[in-house]
Amino acid sequence: MPLPPTTHVEFRGLKKRFGNRLVLDGLDLSIDVGETVALIGPSGAGKSTLLRCLNGLTHFEAGEIRIGDELIQSNGNTSAKAVRQVRRDFGMVFQDFQLFPHLTALENITEAPRQVLRLSHNAARQRGVELLTRVGLGDRTDAYPGELSGGQKQRVAVARALAMQPRGLLCDEITSALDPELKGEVLAVLEDLKRDRMTLLVVTHEIGFARRAADRIVVLADGKVIESGLPEEVLDNPKHERTRQFLRQVMR
Amino acid sequence: MKPLALIGGLFIVGLSLHLPHTAKGSDPPPLPPLKWGADAEGGAPYVFKDPKDPAHNIGFEVDLAAALARELKREITFTQYDYVSLLPGLERRDFDFAMNGLEVTPDRTQRYRLSRPYYTYKLQLVTRKDDSRFASLDDCKAKRAVVGTLGDTAAQRLLDKQGIKNRIYDGQVEPYADLALGRIDAVLLDLPIAVYYAQPNPKLKFVGEPFAEGHYAIAFRKDQEALAQQVDAAIDRLAAQGELARIFEKWRIPSDIPVQWTLGACAKLLGEAAVTTIEISLASMLVAVALGLVLATMRLYGPAPLRWLAVGYIEFFRGIPVLLFLVFLYYGLPGISAQFGWPVSLEMGRMTAAILGFGLNYAAYEAEIYRAGISAVPHGQWEAAASLGMAPTITFRRIILPQAIRTILPPMTNDFVSLFKDTSVVSVIAVVELTKQYLILSKSSQMYLQVGVLTAIYYLAMSIPLSYLSQYLERKWSKGVR
Ligand SMILES: Nc1ncnc2c1ncn2[C@@H]1O[C@H](COP(=O)(O)OP(=O)(O)OP(=O)(O)O)[C@@H](O)[C@H]1O
Ligand SMILES: [Mg+2]
Repeated sequence: MPLPPTTHVEFRGLKKRFGNRLVLDGLDLSIDVGETVALIGPSGAGKSTLLRCLNGLTHFEAGEIRIGDELIQSNGNTSAKAVRQVRRDFGMVFQDFQLFPHLTALENITEAPRQVLRLSHNAARQRGVELLTRVGLGDRTDAYPGELSGGQKQRVAVARALAMQPRGLLCDEITSALDPELKGEVLAVLEDLKRDRMTLLVVTHEIGFARRAADRIVVLADGKVIESGLPEEVLDNPKHERTRQFLRQVMR
Repeated sequence: MKPLALIGGLFIVGLSLHLPHTAKGSDPPPLPPLKWGADAEGGAPYVFKDPKDPAHNIGFEVDLAAALARELKREITFTQYDYVSLLPGLERRDFDFAMNGLEVTPDRTQRYRLSRPYYTYKLQLVTRKDDSRFASLDDCKAKRAVVGTLGDTAAQRLLDKQGIKNRIYDGQVEPYADLALGRIDAVLLDLPIAVYYAQPNPKLKFVGEPFAEGHYAIAFRKDQEALAQQVDAAIDRLAAQGELARIFEKWRIPSDIPVQWTLGACAKLLGEAAVTTIEISLASMLVAVALGLVLATMRLYGPAPLRWLAVGYIEFFRGIPVLLFLVFLYYGLPGISAQFGWPVSLEMGRMTAAILGFGLNYAAYEAEIYRAGISAVPHGQWEAAASLGMAPTITFRRIILPQAIRTILPPMTNDFVSLFKDTSVVSVIAVVELTKQYLILSKSSQMYLQVGVLTAIYYLAMSIPLSYLSQYLERKWSKGVR
């Protein structure tokens, strides 16, 4: 059954275990094109695992993930082409940046377009400089990651993901490793991307950001979606006891 | 023999192969020069470096070789060869004959074709001038003296037979030096050696008359009967003409031998040897770096059989001394291919053997260094590259390896520096590199300190730039990396 054109990703009955611990327990979730979804939930709920399944970084035991015409199947039965396609479709930004330390900010961005998309040196550079400028780092093109602050590093990481021109971005607690005064500059970049109608799947503990920027908040607990809705509904009027418990903890 | 054959098989690929020589039709008229193998290290008065011009060898055997060349109407060229490896070297055809004070013994007569004796030697007992305890070999036995001598010589066999405690040296200089210092009580060696090395020493004296006569002969392989007969005839003629007697007359008198070495001459010879050291080190490091990387990737990412192969290789080469492997490569392999009737000859030149020996050995160490360096790159780097659509091979080459290099570089440089020094063991396969040249020159010149300092300078001139290069590369490659 093909996806309706307004749906970007659909998770169906996703099951994932580590040893005998069930981390995703038949999870269903659908995300629209251009939608900004904030994924929240207690530690160990399976949020990171969900993102990694979508990006083909880890296998799962049952269920499937549909992205446009591509299908990610269980047990690594996905074709290499589908994995490539999905990685083209969704960029990923990690909590600990994972910039390439031996390359400058600009080279971090141009590396994949040049190696994977076979872009020319000049074309890749041009795109790289544009993206760095967009995230407010147009003057730091030649800086090495070791010379950048945490917030700057994370903005380079976002620019690096954008250089592959994805339609969506997966962000896994991308501000958690940052000092409070640096979180804002990274979240501002995300809000800018949202205006461009990019699909954003953002794992976050920044409730303020979720309320302000998310079209929808999805609460994950014990490997399942336990609640999903508009930010004000979920945050101000949580239906599920687990959600209330979680919100009490993060608001404190 | 089975495991050795297996190892041999493994390395076939790495060797420069050539088919065994087939017999040619008729000989071309001008005969190629005859190659004479001998050791010029501390070899007076037999063969040793000319103090005036260390590029030349002199000695009574050099004169004898020249006389033989005239008689045979054929050029004779000198091949420097470690004394202990001389007869194995003859067997593997590195030269045509060995002439280096080789005593006629029943064993040797059986195994080699020995020429007519060209010199009759006697043994001479030497003690310290101020020591009157020993007037004969019997005294040495009765008073439990420790007598110095050379290994595998008539003197040593005699001492053993008489049950006299002996200490074996592998050079002719050292036993007399130890005797003068009081570390041993006497030295028993061939008279020519005693005349040259003990007589000039005011602290030492000859005790009793020379005794226990024996002969020196030239050694050929059994399959060289025709050549051996020609040489026998030539020796006969030289003896008859009184030419042999003239040569020995000339060399028996130590005052005839001027001792006047110039450091400049030593420096030049050491410089040439240093080039050999550099050649061997650079080439083996190249082999080690390339093969090490292959082994490391096999061990890290290969399927099980390749992984085991890499582990086996690494453990094997880290476990055996390079020396053993070198000797096997150079002396052992040709015999194995012959024994199993393989259609290829596994013979290789000395330099090839040295480079291969060290390259294959060091590859095991480099592989482990690379593995550690590569594993030290966080796994997240692989995932970040994967999420950008980069394939594993590109990721390895462009992302992982460049980062691993900064952890790899310092221990790799260390290895490289120690390789420069380790190559000194290649003298066992008759390569004259820096350390061997130092031994040869210092013994002949007796200028241990000066020649030693020169040699040290050469070594430092190699290792210090290397450390700086490494520091520079480390800085360059770790730009911005904290
Ligand atoms: N590689 C792994 N091996 C074994 N267990 C794992 C592995 N990765 C994650 N887990 C387990 O799976 C569960 C879900 O992990 P996951 O990282 O998806 O949680 P999360 O919701 O992202 O939590 P957090 O908010 O702490 O990041 C946890 O219990 C975790 O211990
Ligand atoms: Mg997580």
